[in-house]
Amino acid sequence: MQITSPAFKANARGALADPHLQEALGHVRSGFIDKRQKAVDALPEFDALRDSARAIKDHTLAHLDLYLEAYEEKVKAAGGRVHWAETAEDARSLILDICRAAGARTVTKGKSMITEEIGLNEFFEKEGIRPVETDLGEYIIQLRGEHPSHIIAPAVHLTKNQVEADFRRAHHHLPPTRDLSEPASLLSEAREVLRAEYFAADVGITGANFLVAETGSSVIVTNEGNGDLTQILPRVHIVVASIEKIVPTLADTSQILRVLARSATGQDMSVYTTVSTGPRRPEDPDGPEEYHVVLLDNGRSSMLGTEFQDMLRCIRCGACMNHCPVYHAVGGHAYGWVYPGPMGAVLTPSLIGVDKSGHLPNASTFCGRCEAVCPMHIPLPKMMRHWREREFARGLNPATQRYGLKAWAFFARRPRLYRLAASFAIPALSAFGGAQRRFRYLPFAGGWTKHRDLPAPESRTFLQQWRNREADKQEART
Amino acid sequence: MSAREAILNKVRSSLGTAPGEAARAEVVAKRLADAPTGVVPARGQLADKERIALFCGMAEKVSATIDRVEKPADVPEAVSAYLRSRNLPASVRMGADERLREMPWSGVKSLEVKSGRADPEDEVGVSHALAGVAESGTIALHSGVDNPTTVNFLPEHHIVVVEAKDIAGDLETVFSSLRQKFGKGKMPRTLNLITGPSRSADIQQTLLLGAHGPRALHLIVVDGG
Repeated sequence: MQITSPAFKANARGALADPHLQEALGHVRSGFIDKRQKAVDALPEFDALRDSARAIKDHTLAHLDLYLEAYEEKVKAAGGRVHWAETAEDARSLILDICRAAGARTVTKGKSMITEEIGLNEFFEKEGIRPVETDLGEYIIQLRGEHPSHIIAPAVHLTKNQVEADFRRAHHHLPPTRDLSEPASLLSEAREVLRAEYFAADVGITGANFLVAETGSSVIVTNEGNGDLTQILPRVHIVVASIEKIVPTLADTSQILRVLARSATGQDMSVYTTVSTGPRRPEDPDGPEEYHVVLLDNGRSSMLGTEFQDMLRCIRCGACMNHCPVYHAVGGHAYGWVYPGPMGAVLTPSLIGVDKSGHLPNASTFCGRCEAVCPMHIPLPKMMRHWREREFARGLNPATQRYGLKAWAFFARRPRLYRLAASFAIPALSAFGGAQRRFRYLPFAGGWTKHRDLPAPESRTFLQQWRNREADKQEART
Repeated sequence: MSAREAILNKVRSSLGTAPGEAARAEVVAKRLADAPTGVVPARGQLADKERIALFCGMAEKVSATIDRVEKPADVPEAVSAYLRSRNLPASVRMGADERLREMPWSGVKSLEVKSGRADPEDEVGVSHALAGVAESGTIALHSGVDNPTTVNFLPEHHIVVVEAKDIAGDLETVFSSLRQKFGKGKMPRTLNLITGPSRSADIQQTLLLGAHGPRALHLIVVDGG
């Protein structure tokens, strides 16, 4: 997909001015937060489970090469095949080869962020294969030619009326007078339309929430059941997953499952947790005849051993964006690539380069809610700061910002000079603040005063006031 | 160099290790062999009666419906009562599970029992669960000729029989009973952990039941037998 992260500022302005988007984002603010809190409050062991989940992922990442080898061996033993892909391009061509060998013309897809990351749908269309998204949210945005704006609720940026208009446009074989005023009628219509697609598809593609080294299994966690129909009805099932999805055992999987659904949607368990191992067995009446796993690196291996390794613990629950004031204001598309919100602000620079996505780690108030709710204890603000440092070190910020920071640093490192300068500047600002006690415009502070007034300081600097007060106290005592 | 080698080499060089370090390999082999249990919520660690009650309560909370019968022979009548109450045709789809097959289906008048994997036309599927999980109201089913996976997803109504003695407190217990059934490190093609009927909140965060899987999940808990 086209990267628009460099245009984050323009994207954000557009998002703030879009009334449909602002209405839809209201549902994020009210929906996810309360549900998560209730589910967390109901489980006294939640924090212990978070610690356990973090320890599992840290252990796995420290031994990732060995667990990948163990996992591959088990997949093979169960009759499946593992294909390794270093880049998005490699993954696309491996997937295409499997589809071509299966004579595929239609491919159904379960919800998968990794296939968004590798731009699979656009690629399929170019190659003459018809991809059909089957998750309701993904289906809606596919009809609109859009990309997900949220990693677990891809169509969260849309209102019901917009979806109705899309369905009327796309499903023109249905009577135009039908009633689609309720979300329930929209859901029924999508269910009906997609039922036929599951049976028509030659290949079903899903992602994976986990890959289990102990058994060679892939695990998907869903609510609709579309992922399951996608992987049991076509003749070939392809799992596309990145290398950090590995967990050692099923017992470890249980630990992370307990924090995943609670953090994502406030459910104790998602409706369908499905563990798939190899193709159907000779005696099985259903299931795919072929089972392929495409294991994608695409930059993850270079994150290991760096200050961004902790990001590889991410289980894609979406809690960080559900609690992010910036995401609430601008939605997911403004971030300009696959992964939005705080996790995207950290992951996107790792995957596409900080030169293209430097705005994202800067689009944060550092309020810290993302880290506070992250089930895997990922220090998201700290890592955004690392990206800001790298951006600065590589000279990628605008010149005014760089010189401003340099000038500030010059003074900050010289406290006496800093105090001296402040002792002139602050009273001066105070004096010019006028009766309103605020500035509507100030040179070098246009970025602030363009959107709001700058309050005028109260007479003197903090240190000056402190000194005066101490002197007064001293006087009172003597 | 193959992509496999290239990726593994990059992982090793980022981690600062070389291939074949015996100590690391030992740690991994031991973890895979021992599969240590982590934090298990106290919620499900109850005596039989309370555990089964918790299972029923949790399942109802996620919009499953519950019927409790005394013995396996009561199941066909319970199924029939469910079909009548929902105004459904007297026809069910079912796999070859012996526990189901031994039930007196012929005792229910004019009930059609179709065998094998599900068709798109089937309105009601009946399965026998491997286990229940009390902590979350989840049922576990695995693929095979006994309970084909399509029965879990294609029909609009999914009726699942679960024996009270198979209701575990936690997920870990279900995984270890699978291990006993299939062998350590081996799995059936598909294991489904199902918690309530299918749903979606993709349109304006409005939760709706019956997305692509069943609209209704009905659990028949067999207490004795």
